[in-house]
Amino acid sequence: MRTAFISHLVERARVNPKIFLVVGDLGYSVVEPFANLFPDRFLNAGIAEQNMTGIAAGLAMEGYTVFTYSIANFPTLRCMEQIRYDICYHNLDVKIVSVGGGYAYGSLGASHHATEDIGMMRTIPNLIVSAPGDPVETRAVLDSLLSTSSPAYLRLGKAGEPVIHANEIILPVGKSVRVLSGRNTAVLTTGAMLQHSLTTIQKNNYDFSLYSFPFVKPLDLERLAEISSNYSTVITIEEHQKSGGFGSAILEGFNDLLEAGVISKLPTVRRIATPDIFTYTAGSQEYLRKTLDLTF
Amino acid sequence: MDTIEFAREIRSRTLEMVYNAKASHIGGAFSMADILAVLYGSVLKIDPAEPKAADRDRFILSKGHACTSLYSTLAIKGFFDIDLLDTYSKDGSFFMAHTSHKVPGVELSTGSLGHAMPVACGMALAAKRKSEKQHIYVLVSDGELDEGSNWEAILFAAHHHLNNLTCIVDYNKIQSLGRVDDVIQLDPLKDKFVSFNWDVVEVDGHDHDQLLASFNNKTLTDKPRCIIAHTIKGKGVDFMQDDLKWHYQSPSADQYSAAQKQL
Repeated sequence: MRTAFISHLVERARVNPKIFLVVGDLGYSVVEPFANLFPDRFLNAGIAEQNMTGIAAGLAMEGYTVFTYSIANFPTLRCMEQIRYDICYHNLDVKIVSVGGGYAYGSLGASHHATEDIGMMRTIPNLIVSAPGDPVETRAVLDSLLSTSSPAYLRLGKAGEPVIHANEIILPVGKSVRVLSGRNTAVLTTGAMLQHSLTTIQKNNYDFSLYSFPFVKPLDLERLAEISSNYSTVITIEEHQKSGGFGSAILEGFNDLLEAGVISKLPTVRRIATPDIFTYTAGSQEYLRKTLDLTF
Repeated sequence: MDTIEFAREIRSRTLEMVYNAKASHIGGAFSMADILAVLYGSVLKIDPAEPKAADRDRFILSKGHACTSLYSTLAIKGFFDIDLLDTYSKDGSFFMAHTSHKVPGVELSTGSLGHAMPVACGMALAAKRKSEKQHIYVLVSDGELDEGSNWEAILFAAHHHLNNLTCIVDYNKIQSLGRVDDVIQLDPLKDKFVSFNWDVVEVDGHDHDQLLASFNNKTLTDKPRCIIAHTIKGKGVDFMQDDLKWHYQSPSADQYSAAQKQL
């Protein structure tokens, strides 16, 4: 995903002179193509994420579309107040990119597990929250984020996620995409759990539908209304704490639709997420997913 | 209006706003009034008729709690109708008790300390990258230099030779719960900025000639500049000067009259 992101950003930067990339001294062997092609629109802000984020706000105030780029919790939790107050309160054109969502950096430990970011980010007004599920979605989401001057958070996996969608797709901000059609249950996933969900359904021959939600905010309520009329059972799955994450957003969405009278009944929602714990052992992403029972 | 009269008018308007709204932070608003008067009276290239002109100088007040004297300054300069100051801190007003970018002439909302220096660095870097000539000024309090984000920005500005950036420290020696020397000592402050590769000058922050000379010093190196302005909290009203309680207290009717008389 990160390779898809940077390659696509380079392509867009060739024709969009406002795109500016600011990195927090991370991105070795990833960001160099951008830095080499557009040295006037590249900055390594050093290991100082609060400053990096404030600088991004200042650059955006002067007309740039700024991408901040780092890994795990560093461009998000470390500088949460700069995101909330400098970027979002001023509604600036800054896109915050974090590589290594969830347990992508599994063996590096809890410092590098981004498992509370969605919950924190989605409470901030003006901020779009996105987590594409494969390289195709990454390109589509990047294009849709570039079509708006709103601030946004882009949560990426790491490298090497397989391509799920056979063809390029268009994903307007706030839209989801159906990956599989089935009858019994609708599985809703965000971010890099897409591949795991697809494999699980196919391996077990489940008669399930699979939907990828690359946008956690705004949420595709139209899709939720459609799902609630077709399924009585819904599974949400994410690499994130159960509290406040994607599954919570889905629950809230169903509830708001019911309250507004758009739907007449709530489906049963089984939320698969990290059960309010940290991990204290080393382990790959796959190992941690298994240990935490992030499957269905 | 000369800058001395400008500063007097800023303090008088500030006092009125704080008194009417029963607000706090008059001490820190008074300590920087002379700096604002000199900047807005004689230094900044700004046009109240075109507050968003691309080539304007940018001024950011980092110590947003002292916004009353900035609002007064902008009103006197004609950025908006001066009567709007009467809405300060009232329900539905843009004139919040921490600096709001919804007020014409304000570049950045501030209130959480340690935010403006990084943003100012971004603005200064943008000007450099675009070969634009505007200068970026940021006014910080002494207490907020406790915030590590400032020092990230101070490192950054020197590394990137942002000589289009000037940081003014309103060094009034009192922070939220006590004297700076007792809470987190800053001295030797000049040495700190010098060791971070900034050009530093220390001035009496109430001496307009010294302030003007420091702003107008054109012997620019490739370094960002820091002006450490030694000031007195509550400057201008004898019973408010150098006293922590005027970080919080709002003047009574008698104190208001006495203060206006002194101003």
